[in-house]
Amino acid sequence: METRLLNDLKKLLGADMVLHQPEELLLYEYDGSVETARPNCVVFPQNKEHVLGIVALANRYKVPIVGRGAGTGLSGGALARHGGIIVSFTRMNRILDVDVENQRAVVQPGVVNAELTAVTAPLGLYYAPDPSSQKACTIGGNVSENSGGPHTLVYGVTTNHVLALEVVLPTGELVRLGNRAVDSVGYDLPGLFVGSEGTLALVTEVTVRLMRMPEMVKTLLAIFNTLDDTTETVAAITADGITPAACEMLDGWTLRAVEAYVHAGFPLDSAAVLLIDIDGTREEAESQAEQVADVCRRHNAREVRVARDAKERDLLWKGRKNAFGAVGRFSTTYYVQDGVIPRTKLPQTLRRITEIGEKYGYQIGNIFHAGDGNLHPLILFDARSEKQLRGAVAAADEIIEFCVQMGGAITGEHGVGMEKDRLMPLIFNENDLEVMRRVRDAFNPTGILNPDKVLPMKKGCGEIYARPLPDTGASPS
Amino acid sequence: MSLASKTVSARLPDIVGATHVIGEPAQLAYYEIDGKIPGAAVRPGSREEVAEVVKFAAAENLAVIASGARTKLGIGLPPARYDIAIDMARLDRVIAYDRADLTLAVEAGHSLSKVIGLLGDHRQFLPLFVPYFNRATIGGTIASGVDSPLRQYYGTARDYVLGVEYVTHEGVLAKSGGRVVKNVSGYDLHKLMIGSLGTLGVIVSVNFKTFPSPVETRGFVAMFDSAEKAVEMRHRAAKSPLTPLTMELLSPRVADLFASEAAARICSGAMPPDALSPKHWAFTSGYGGNGKVLARYETDFRKMAEEAGAVRAAVLDANTRPPAFSRKREFIPIALSASFSPATTIAKISVQPGNLIEVLKAAQETAESYSLDWAALVRGVGVIYLALLPGDKDEQWRARVMNTTNEIFAACERVGGNAMIPWARSGWKNTLKLWGPERGDFAQMQKLKKVFDPRGIFAPGRFVGGL
Repeated sequence: METRLLNDLKKLLGADMVLHQPEELLLYEYDGSVETARPNCVVFPQNKEHVLGIVALANRYKVPIVGRGAGTGLSGGALARHGGIIVSFTRMNRILDVDVENQRAVVQPGVVNAELTAVTAPLGLYYAPDPSSQKACTIGGNVSENSGGPHTLVYGVTTNHVLALEVVLPTGELVRLGNRAVDSVGYDLPGLFVGSEGTLALVTEVTVRLMRMPEMVKTLLAIFNTLDDTTETVAAITADGITPAACEMLDGWTLRAVEAYVHAGFPLDSAAVLLIDIDGTREEAESQAEQVADVCRRHNAREVRVARDAKERDLLWKGRKNAFGAVGRFSTTYYVQDGVIPRTKLPQTLRRITEIGEKYGYQIGNIFHAGDGNLHPLILFDARSEKQLRGAVAAADEIIEFCVQMGGAITGEHGVGMEKDRLMPLIFNENDLEVMRRVRDAFNPTGILNPDKVLPMKKGCGEIYARPLPDTGASPS
Repeated sequence: MSLASKTVSARLPDIVGATHVIGEPAQLAYYEIDGKIPGAAVRPGSREEVAEVVKFAAAENLAVIASGARTKLGIGLPPARYDIAIDMARLDRVIAYDRADLTLAVEAGHSLSKVIGLLGDHRQFLPLFVPYFNRATIGGTIASGVDSPLRQYYGTARDYVLGVEYVTHEGVLAKSGGRVVKNVSGYDLHKLMIGSLGTLGVIVSVNFKTFPSPVETRGFVAMFDSAEKAVEMRHRAAKSPLTPLTMELLSPRVADLFASEAAARICSGAMPPDALSPKHWAFTSGYGGNGKVLARYETDFRKMAEEAGAVRAAVLDANTRPPAFSRKREFIPIALSASFSPATTIAKISVQPGNLIEVLKAAQETAESYSLDWAALVRGVGVIYLALLPGDKDEQWRARVMNTTNEIFAACERVGGNAMIPWARSGWKNTLKLWGPERGDFAQMQKLKKVFDPRGIFAPGRFVGGL
């Protein structure tokens, strides 16, 4: 990287806010995915003026820029695929406003997801989207990826909770999209920018909706002897007209891994369990919990446990949220996949995943958001072997292809990033993708921001494809 | 006949069949928008035919406006150009309804109420109880972006539209999103389509998440002698553990509107006597659940109403609630009825709930200072539908409406809200701030319009800032 650019960045941010030594950059080669890519430098802006300055420099030196929160992403969204500057938002981590009356919060992008709930909980409020990495991941990263989590089944994912954004466009403009009231007039710009995976803008401020804590939460653990009974129960709960706050499934193998680590009391000999939250007023939670327990029993649950208090509930959820960590005790590396299917297709999809694991010779654990059909197969492999990595990716691709055959999608909450851009043609044809490319090019015309993510290159096209639309000279109106 | 219209009448029958091309002036008058009548109208029978029509229009540089039941074409500025009306009525198929998955894919011309009826047979529904409910189509509902009383609990279309298929300016079919309830594959372009008035493309089908119907529903109504007290009741309900399905405040004048013959023509059933009073502000809320849940809501609501100083309160049951609910749903058509004003103007103002009383006061004072009759329906999430009911449609009344909306919009802007005028007389539109005050993000909207419609053939001139 040009020394002049490094010097300009240091002048803008201070020397200690610019990392460029190889050993300093090592950490930033990774996120939570199996991809790696090394940036040329990492910078830490502390305010939006810094972000504007960084974007101006990147444009002047024609160097790619990639935004990054905590680096917990699972699709390589925050990796510098073609090198360049990583803009880490960890120093922009202030909660700017919590408005109890209007149930709004305004935060900088580096605020950690769980911190927002921790700060607002004493006021009776919380921030609903709760990715499993919520103790580390940032709201800015959540906005870029449109993150979900177990409790998004009834309350919705990030996009359903974001009212307004302040962003810096790669062309160097600071823009506010939406405001603190609902129904912003005009095109739904926040709706487009949330989930654009850092390819349209860098987010410098986020206005979110806060939810009121429910009066009661009932947590149920339903234990099954067969996978089919478990998956059929999920569809039956929905068919019965109940939408739980969360409905998570852990298969037997994952359960045993988790139990050895968390000691939550998960049964070691079962085929699978469902972890279900029901919330609302006391009357709603109690009656729906009874209804759900009935459905589980009708579908051969051998036992339905109800957490007696908050302590028991937290322990069960600790098992779920720390599952990926627990798996680390069995395998040095694992590949977390993310596919979606219509929830009625769970039985055959889980059977297929088992077959694919056997075919390629990998242990695959399943721990996922069963209620909305969002699968997370965990493929265990040894990263020291290139062959093992390639095999794991091939197995994962086959799983995703099956999800698409079932009427599903290639990612439910982890994003496309640099992991699945090549899989986009499984669900989108060239017309669909071309419109998305043009939208990207309208905001990111030189491709300087997070290049080569989300959208695959055109077929048989190795050259620069980011071609702006021909300007016809006609006014659009 | 102009050269353009000659080409049109020669080529369109090849695409949709001669019986589905309308060229007779008398018949074309039906497709009028703000006084403009198109040169031709077509009734395509498939998504592919819509694409071919657009491809032809693009090649000839003709402007198209798609419409369904034509109930919400009052929204938007008069079109800058309008050559071909695309009547979507024949695109009325249910593409897929997977009831166990709670997902639905349906063509744009399908009747909204019929599709909700179909879901009802399976104890499911779509929370889109929008104005002109019995006639509205899926496509028009999504393109116009109108909201429903049920947004209190279920949110708006952007929260449950899973994907959209549309025709691009090149006349090809493209899609965004999918048919599963959770999906982050690609950009959410379907969110841009919602409320875009067809200025980005022609929506040909929409995928929805459907919802299980509540076991039983009830309505709660409480009467207050001031707007302050009614708003205070809203705040109490919002802070309570209750999560009702609907929550609205109605200004005193709404009692007359809902009791009127016009309302009886539009809605079925008679308004329950004494449910509203022309002397009071009303707080109304619908809720659902089993017997125990319903009892809890009633107890809590009654207690809150008493604490907020209600004059009286009542519970509406399975018989009395539907007529009241349908009138809230149809507030706009009722207010637009000629029996109240020859020039009803509807302003939509959204603010944070904490600013509601301030903006309501400003609205009331401004309207009254110009001697304008008015009625307001206020959604609990902070959306005010203000019906201004001028005494006549002449220049003097137009100026009063203009001044009133400008002043209210300024008050709304001061508290960081959003404002627009979804319904006004065609002749008044160009002098009113139809799309509200100027916006800082307009340049970004222009970029999008240029991507989706570089030649300006989709409903040109109708949207924000003349997009």
